[in-house]
Amino acid sequence: MNFEIILFSVLSAVMVGSAIMVITRKSPVMSVLYLVLNFFALAGIYLTLHAQFIAVIQIIVYAGAIMVLFLFVIMLLNLSDEGALLEKVSIRKMAAVGLGFGVLLEFIYILGFSGEMYPDKNVERAIEIGTVEGIGKELFSTFLFPFEITSVILIAAIVGAVILAKRKLD
Amino acid sequence: MIDLQYYLFLSATVFVLGVIGVVTRRNAIIVFMSIELMLNSVNLTLVAFSSFLGDSTGQMLVFLVMTVAAAEAAVGLAIIIALFRNKQTVNIDEINILKW
Repeated sequence: MNFEIILFSVLSAVMVGSAIMVITRKSPVMSVLYLVLNFFALAGIYLTLHAQFIAVIQIIVYAGAIMVLFLFVIMLLNLSDEGALLEKVSIRKMAAVGLGFGVLLEFIYILGFSGEMYPDKNVERAIEIGTVEGIGKELFSTFLFPFEITSVILIAAIVGAVILAKRKLD
Repeated sequence: MIDLQYYLFLSATVFVLGVIGVVTRRNAIIVFMSIELMLNSVNLTLVAFSSFLGDSTGQMLVFLVMTVAAAEAAVGLAIIIALFRNKQTVNIDEINILKW
């Protein structure tokens, strides 16, 4: 059980650290690479939750497909660096960061110190629902209609992306 | 075993970092990446609850969120490309045609 705690601590430290790097890097390419690192750490955390299918999908779809799309767009646009962040610190940004951490403290207070009781994990059940078999059975029976709706969303997104990115609108 | 609230702490932290990124950064692509961070932290909450409550609905919702995130990234990046073609910038402070 000790190994699980070490794994979770390391992965969450990587996740928070890379999230900070994503929002502070000057170059968008570095941000994308740190975001990929963040997604890999998140996939590891999904594994500690026994959600194998979601972990694999996280790597294939997010780190593999969506982030490559981001990289392609950044390289297509040939963006220059934004300039050092510290030169552009304004009172508005300081207020935004302060309010953000205020909200975080509220979250932590509500989640951790409100005396709320949290359920214990039933490991066998968690493993059962996290496998490809468990997900597939649910997805193609109970959640068949939402699953079909996602195909419509994807078609709409493909058509929309092609039309928006066309050089000239007729 | 790690308790549920540690997953929720982690998720809240990443979500707040995403919010700070959206509010403070001016590069549209980095704003997009911060939105992805927020979507992922919510996914983590859903998977954590799904796993702890023994209910697979949360993981189904994560599946749908990922689909919507992929669609959103495709359409959003197409919009950014179209904007860049017209204004030669992705700085969201300079894209203010809709501002009165």
